[in-house]
Amino acid sequence: MRVKAAIRGRTPQKERFLTGTFDMQIQPVLAALRRHRLATILIAMEIALACAVLCNACFLIASRIQMTHVDSGVDESSLATIKLTGYDEAKASDLNARVTSGLREIPGMQSVSVINEVPFGETAGNAGITLDSAGQKFAGVVDFYVAGPGNFEALGLQLISGRAPRADDFQPMKAFLPSSANVIVSRSLAEHLWPDTDPLGKEFWCGDFHFRVTGVVAHLARPSAGEGGPGTIEWSVFTPAQPGANLSGVYLLRADPAQLPRVLRDARAAIAKLAPDAVVEQQASQTIGDLRQVYFRQDRIMAGMLLGVIVALLLVTALGIVGLASFWVQQRRRQIGIRRAIGATRGDILRYFQTENFLIVTSGIALGMLLAYALNLLLMTQYELPRLPLYYLPAGALILWGLGQLAVLGPALRAAAVPPVVATRSG
Amino acid sequence: MFGYYLNLALRSLMRNKMLTALMVIAIAVGIGASMTTLTVMHLLSGDPLPGRSQHIFYPQVDPSPLPDPENTHKPWDMMDYRSATDLWSAHRADRQALIGRSALRLTAPDMNQPPLMAQVLSTTSDFFPMFAVPFQYGDSWQPQDDQQRTRVAVISSDLNIKLFGGANSVGRTLRLKDSDVRIIGVLAPWRPSPQFYDLVGGRFSNGQTADFYSKPQEVFMPFSSSLDINTDGFMAFTCWRAPDPGTSMTTSPCVSVALWVELGNAAKVADYKAFITDYATQQKALGRLTHADNTRMPSLMQWLDFNQVVPSDVRLQTWLAFAFLLICLFNTVGLLLAKFLHRSGEIGVRRALGATRGAVLTQCLVEAGLIGLIGGFGGWLLTLLGLALIRQQPVAYADLLHLDSTMFLATFVMAIVASLLAGAVPAWRASRVALGLQLKTL
Repeated sequence: MRVKAAIRGRTPQKERFLTGTFDMQIQPVLAALRRHRLATILIAMEIALACAVLCNACFLIASRIQMTHVDSGVDESSLATIKLTGYDEAKASDLNARVTSGLREIPGMQSVSVINEVPFGETAGNAGITLDSAGQKFAGVVDFYVAGPGNFEALGLQLISGRAPRADDFQPMKAFLPSSANVIVSRSLAEHLWPDTDPLGKEFWCGDFHFRVTGVVAHLARPSAGEGGPGTIEWSVFTPAQPGANLSGVYLLRADPAQLPRVLRDARAAIAKLAPDAVVEQQASQTIGDLRQVYFRQDRIMAGMLLGVIVALLLVTALGIVGLASFWVQQRRRQIGIRRAIGATRGDILRYFQTENFLIVTSGIALGMLLAYALNLLLMTQYELPRLPLYYLPAGALILWGLGQLAVLGPALRAAAVPPVVATRSG
Repeated sequence: MFGYYLNLALRSLMRNKMLTALMVIAIAVGIGASMTTLTVMHLLSGDPLPGRSQHIFYPQVDPSPLPDPENTHKPWDMMDYRSATDLWSAHRADRQALIGRSALRLTAPDMNQPPLMAQVLSTTSDFFPMFAVPFQYGDSWQPQDDQQRTRVAVISSDLNIKLFGGANSVGRTLRLKDSDVRIIGVLAPWRPSPQFYDLVGGRFSNGQTADFYSKPQEVFMPFSSSLDINTDGFMAFTCWRAPDPGTSMTTSPCVSVALWVELGNAAKVADYKAFITDYATQQKALGRLTHADNTRMPSLMQWLDFNQVVPSDVRLQTWLAFAFLLICLFNTVGLLLAKFLHRSGEIGVRRALGATRGAVLTQCLVEAGLIGLIGGFGGWLLTLLGLALIRQQPVAYADLLHLDSTMFLATFVMAIVASLLAGAVPAWRASRVALGLQLKTL
């Protein structure tokens, strides 16, 4: 009763702060928060925004990283490529012969073959296809790997049904493709063109060119994702063809992974003698591993940047909580002293501020989940992003709860250290 | 009065250094992140021909014979050789330039350099005055050179440095593929952002459009004579069917030529639109074109918009930076509220001594503005740091990035406006402090 009397005349907030039962903390915390409505709402809004950005940024990072893990389907570590330009197309067959036979002489070279493009290199064979000869049933823009003998084995493609190309499958080129060819498609493309049916023996067209599927490989990534976005990265067709004027200049080299860098160096040096009439495209003449690194560089940079934003975001949010909590502790020093004087333990005071923080963060998270979802919808319209998987929301909530508790710990400990004697001081 | 408020603000900021530092850091980081991305956006989405771009147009006809029952097909990004040269030869615009691209083997016979593949832009003489291309040495070719198929070339400043060490190379000879061409002009450094005159395929690139900001070509040649030298023709944007072996580019079923025209006023624009439509109709009557009604003529900026030139990653970064700035601002509002209300007693005394609510409000806003100014300074440093980091990245636009005076000013304006916005509610609350209650608690 005497304590009651002592506190009469205090502002309502302080009274509520004092009269709450110490076991049941939530009521007095809520009462105190109601007094600081604006500051509480601000922190909750900050948490909500942080939650929305955090969930979506994490999701963006995950999708970028997942993109960089695409399976090219080829033995990347054993393969390199050389690209020549600037030669006379009339002498292309001669160039192919000189280069392939010359490069095969290099010690450690397992094979040299003529191809039009390599995974993660420059695109050469993009074309729209149709499922009927009349050209009415458009089926998407796919990528044609046009490849001379030896490429199927050199690439190390994994056949899952049908057969590998035979010697008589290698037809002469008419313009940029053979006019009719037995081809091998990736599983991803087969599932796109003929869902739930056996793709073997199926046909498709590209203008006057006709193709029949004789095999399916597990994976074969095209040089770059096409018009349909990242989901189309494996829409590729392996087309056997005879090297010649329209299939020349790009060579696939295979060697033991340990020797590959040396073999590529030797090959580039040998080209100067083998083909003085051609210019080596330095950027495009790399190991497939290096081309892959370059290809996904932008995605890695973006993922790194997003990570930086997340860290800065959490830091700023934490600092905001520390700042406001410190202020509240300072403002309530006397009341804390009184609570301590009438029997509250240090633990009670600590838990008071922790509960307060938990309640604010929780309300922020509740709003943040809605915001995260809305932001995801916005991103989906702007970028080719799938829907945010739901488990990102509880994960984001856990991070923010942890962050809030960590941030409030310092100020709360300082509050708990307030000695009861403060109650007897004025001011 | 302002000086007094400033003095009070400084004192107040010094009193609680930790809280002040937190607010300044929050504003600096938020401003730094958003100004970095905004500067990139500003440089990438700017007008490459300020003051002129509204007169530059990109006529398009649709040479595709493929059926288009729903009429959804937009004309391809370039035209077939015949349509483009027909429109050019009519000379209906104030200026007009054809564009064709190729890569040719290049050697400088009198220099001891290995051959290289040069990016060659085949165009017509109007190109240089129309796009205000600056020359360092010599001059461009004249309309009669286009007609007489003169073998001359204008080279870029970079190529001139690479081959001739930057000396005046006018009159020297280059060997392009198997022919000699005489250099008649050397460009001064020229870096349009984006490389607008040769910009195609944006809608097919999944937002990865950073290459639109690459450097201009190394060699510029008359359209006519470059076709004599390069019998393979220009790089095709696409073909509607595979060209038969041995077809010349002039009759191939491919789109590989673009046309730019300059039209001085609205009447000329309307006339030229009518001219393209008439041309397409006439060609349809002749049986050469199928979709006569599918003609377009975007202006330069419309064409850039259509190609979504700003890379989607850059746009995403900007969104993100602004969400981040917003969080920083919420943070600052909370901290300012704490700071101002903490001084309720002091404010009560000032009010009791006769300060009006407006005076208290102003004083609080001056304090918020001062935090913004200091934060803006930090934000400026962070923006410089951010831009320096992006310049290290292997992107085509890296060398374009710098903080121009507009963005420098914008940094401080944004920092102060942001902090004033953040300070508005706390300042208003502070000015509403109940006088009697505060004095009693003192």
